[in-house]
Amino acid sequence: MEYKTTNEDNCIIITLTGEIDLQTSPIAREQILQTLKNKQHVLIEMADVEYIDSSGIASLVEGFQDAKNRKLHFGLVNISTATQQVLALARLDTIFPIFDSVSDGLAKIKKDATM
Amino acid sequence: MTATQYGKQLADCEYQAKAAQLTPLRKLVRDCLEKEDYDRDFIQRMVLAVNEASMNIIQHAYTNQDTGIFKVEIYTDDKELTFRLTDFAPAVDKKSIKSRDLDDIRPGGLGVHFINELMDRVEYLETPEKITVISYK
Repeated sequence: MEYKTTNEDNCIIITLTGEIDLQTSPIAREQILQTLKNKQHVLIEMADVEYIDSSGIASLVEGFQDAKNRKLHFGLVNISTATQQVLALARLDTIFPIFDSVSDGLAKIKKDATM
Repeated sequence: MTATQYGKQLADCEYQAKAAQLTPLRKLVRDCLEKEDYDRDFIQRMVLAVNEASMNIIQHAYTNQDTGIFKVEIYTDDKELTFRLTDFAPAVDKKSIKSRDLDDIRPGGLGVHFINELMDRVEYLETPEKITVISYK
């Protein structure tokens, strides 16, 4: 797994690529939780995630719950077919906010900030 | 059943019980099933199931100690595709191997659920080594 981060409007976009498994999911988890600790919203770009297992899903769930507790946004963007299938298997495909694009995710964050 | 009754053996490999070994393990499963002309989606599901069963061995049987080994065997016959995972860790209470309530949204605890959903047969044997048998018909 590889990752990169970009910052847009106080939201960190974490782009994950490759395989998220027991060896690499701790890296994703650390990036997510550190960003939230820094009081920044998180969008996870997942178009090029080729494989994700239950440990990867656990990292996403932990991020989602931590964001909720901190009253920050956490969403998934452009999820790959592999990710979609595993989320559905875990019955989490209707739990996470999922966006087709980063701009959609940012628009939602901006809209909620003005409410 | 003895191993030979599962059909043609496609693979018999040994791995150290470490997270880093899951990448070559997944490659093994993919390569074996591609040679047998299974379709991509099916292979993806089998890779996930075997990976989850292997994770259980690493995390729970060997308690993440990075010690120990486990074996993975793959068999196929006309009716069934079978994966046998053998570990040599101390016995566990089979009653503790269960999936959790998915309505309780929290990290972790999904591995057994994934295996049960993806495979038609899941057996935990003690012979005395521990064997997890998962298969798809």
